[in-house]
Amino acid sequence: MAKYTEDDLKVELENKEYEYGFYTDIESETFPAGLNEDIVRAISKKKGEPEWMTDWRLEAFRAWSEMTEPEWANVHYEKPDFQAISYYSAPKKKDKYASLDEVDPELLDTFKKLGISLDEQKKLAGVAVDIVMDSVSVATTFKKTLAEKGIIFCSISEAIQEHPELVQKYIGSVVPQKDNFYAALNSAVFSDGSFCYIPKGVRCPMELSTYFRINQGGTGQFERTLVIADEGSYVSYLEGCTAPSRDENQLHAAVVELIALDNAEIKYSTVQNWYPGNKEGKGGVFNFVTKRGLCETNAKISWTQVETGSAVTWKYPSCVLKGDNSIGEFYSIAVTNNFQQADTGTKMIHLGKNTRSTIISKGISAGKSQNSYRGLVQIGARAENARNFSQCDSLLMGNNCGAHTFPYIENKNSTAKIEHEATTSKIGEDQVFYCNQRGIPTEKAIALIVNGFSKEVLNKLPMEFAVEAQKLLEISLEGSVG
Amino acid sequence: MELKEKLISSFMAFEEQIDVNSGLHDVRTAAIKNFETKGFPTKKEEAWKYTSLNAVLKHDFTVFPKHESAIEFKDVKKYFLHEIDTYKVIFIDGKYSSFLSQTTHDGLDVCLMSAALNKPKYKMVIDTYFNQIANKDETLTSLNTAFAAEGAYINIPKSKVVEKPIEIIYFSTGQENALMVQPRNLIVVGENAHVQIIERHQSLNENPVLTNTVTEVFALKRAIVDYYKIQNDLGSANLIDNTYIAQKQESRVSVHTFSFGGNVTRNNLNFYHQGERIDSTLKGITIIGDKQLVDHYTLVHHAQPNCESHQNYKCIVNDNATGVFNGKIYVEKEAQKTDAFQQNNNILLSDKAVINAKPQLEIFADDVKCSHGCTIGQLDESAMFYMQQRGIPKKEAKALLMYAFSNEVIESIKIPELKQRITKIIAQKLGVNLGFDL
Repeated sequence: MAKYTEDDLKVELENKEYEYGFYTDIESETFPAGLNEDIVRAISKKKGEPEWMTDWRLEAFRAWSEMTEPEWANVHYEKPDFQAISYYSAPKKKDKYASLDEVDPELLDTFKKLGISLDEQKKLAGVAVDIVMDSVSVATTFKKTLAEKGIIFCSISEAIQEHPELVQKYIGSVVPQKDNFYAALNSAVFSDGSFCYIPKGVRCPMELSTYFRINQGGTGQFERTLVIADEGSYVSYLEGCTAPSRDENQLHAAVVELIALDNAEIKYSTVQNWYPGNKEGKGGVFNFVTKRGLCETNAKISWTQVETGSAVTWKYPSCVLKGDNSIGEFYSIAVTNNFQQADTGTKMIHLGKNTRSTIISKGISAGKSQNSYRGLVQIGARAENARNFSQCDSLLMGNNCGAHTFPYIENKNSTAKIEHEATTSKIGEDQVFYCNQRGIPTEKAIALIVNGFSKEVLNKLPMEFAVEAQKLLEISLEGSVG
Repeated sequence: MELKEKLISSFMAFEEQIDVNSGLHDVRTAAIKNFETKGFPTKKEEAWKYTSLNAVLKHDFTVFPKHESAIEFKDVKKYFLHEIDTYKVIFIDGKYSSFLSQTTHDGLDVCLMSAALNKPKYKMVIDTYFNQIANKDETLTSLNTAFAAEGAYINIPKSKVVEKPIEIIYFSTGQENALMVQPRNLIVVGENAHVQIIERHQSLNENPVLTNTVTEVFALKRAIVDYYKIQNDLGSANLIDNTYIAQKQESRVSVHTFSFGGNVTRNNLNFYHQGERIDSTLKGITIIGDKQLVDHYTLVHHAQPNCESHQNYKCIVNDNATGVFNGKIYVEKEAQKTDAFQQNNNILLSDKAVINAKPQLEIFADDVKCSHGCTIGQLDESAMFYMQQRGIPKKEAKALLMYAFSNEVIESIKIPELKQRITKIIAQKLGVNLGFDL
């Protein structure tokens, strides 16, 4: 048996090229670089938005102009020049496609390379895909099946046209325009995204899924996702991302808002695999995302994320547990390699009585990467019998990476029960030895250990996604996941 | 005039008043400049997120007390560990009290900072250690450095085991309407030496006091230092305690902090490792009520392999009080085989009480064992019920549980008389007679 050590693994990881690094050559219609009120107006006009939406965007832009970029996160990078980015880019052929045959074959090819060809997806019953390619929704499948149940699943620009009352009521209700620097920027310039509404008492029969891709060089991607689960409904939403290899840093500032009304449940799963930059730390996507969910009485929101990509990640999916008995959950695996930096975690804001939250975070750092968990558990004065359990574990591979934990716990109620634990460890020589002893080769042993380490979170992913997640883990930690 | 301006403008006068050598002059000037730029910390700063000094700084503090005050030993006897013989370094309103003190130069130096700063025979020690480990960027430490003139100076030579504990007590008499004092302590413990130190700040009446103290402790090879801080001051006293500890290889340093009194108490406790196989212990009991605030801000900087650190902070908060714990473990790349443990347990007794905790880990080495645990909860109802069933009144049962909660910290106190004293203070604080002595 060839001796496979952690060093070999490290070498292999470093040499691993980004598998999804290709670039689709489709003529794009791109706005001139820079951002001002005219650009905001132009984006809004381009999308044929009603006046209230234009005003809403302008309000966000004005707030953004007064804000400064946050610097508290444990990440270091060259700040993007917000005036050098083009804020709108759309594949030029804007006609609506009647069938897949009319879609640009090159585009279809892109999806094939990603392993999510529409044909295949169509056959794989149960998954409807709303594909976002450089900001504009190109194709939506399974819309009909959903429509029968009264479920609205479309791009947000379509929703603005066709369901303005829903959009106007809920957009910005969880993440206000002025929430933070990136949320304000997104509110001003978002070009597209997904919209989902589940009516009262409906259990969505399939997993809803969106694939995001950043394609055109030098463009930013600003999606806006809005998911509304009406009383007593249930939805499981999947979001997955891959981006092609590019040298200049690309900016990604998305906003996701979830609203779970009384007794509703939303399960939101993400697999993020944006281009992480090459092994010298050049290039890669800046991922600055604001995700937040609001839980009314008895509602439940569950975030599951697998973060393997991006040069810089800044992401804190949060739950505002407003209603009594509501539940928030956060399950995360963050893998960083080479020069990647991740500052991710969650916020659980307990406002209602008997609210419960669970946080399980697993960080794996390899190469020269930095991986931070930053979380807030806040118990309000009126949140009686609130309960929180947090666990954040870090696994370090090699001696050039770092793992950090910044948990904030703020309690104003004497009946609250809060537990927090964190551990940091490496793959123990004794663990590997134990496996070797029993005839398991080192490579398999490492795979076993990493798998076991992240199992708690992988188990939370929907079936269809779990396979994909393991595939993406492989890309980041090839050789360690069998 | 704002306190900041007052301090800056009185700096010149202060420098003229004490005749110090030019080397220190540069240190002081740099320090006051740093304070001038940064000012007093505000809640906007991450390190002071949960603690506001605004209300404290509103008082019109006197920076230099005008009166010399004397106090009678019988009035303050209860603040001393009078059951046993100790060395004593006592200050009244920032001025040394030779009457109450018991210093020595016999085999070891237990004396005054002012003497150490001015006399040539101490110059070498001062040059080697003074302001070496204290954080030069930190604004309140800089403020103290700028005005550093008086405090305790303790130098234990190689292989000396100090046979009795050393007590450092700062009294404020309340002669001034509001007083700000800035003691500066320097403690150097030589190779294989062993010392026990007890530090206390005590005001004698209700006039507000702001103490901004800096203590530098150097534990050389295989030295053993046990440091106890008793913070049971009146409700008008505010304390900012900055303690910096540098440890050489195989040294063992433990710091126990008992916070029961005071208005705003902030403990900045920093451990820096400068050798292998070091052991650091940080423990604390906080029992507070009313509108008190106690903020523990700890840092253990692991820079060398095979070191251990143990932290255990217990906090019971009642009424409108706020307990803050911010513990940071920093493990450098070189510090392989580090074993760092941190535990923070909190009990909230009232709905208006607040706990803010931020246990932080920053780790750059892969072969380490680092863990932290943080809990917030209530007293176990079934345990309460069990005791009440057996005829123990509710109040006593509650006190017993709280005592048991803090016992993990109490039992590691190495001076029996001090252990007894702390137990008594806890009983008093909980308003019960525990019915047993330890």
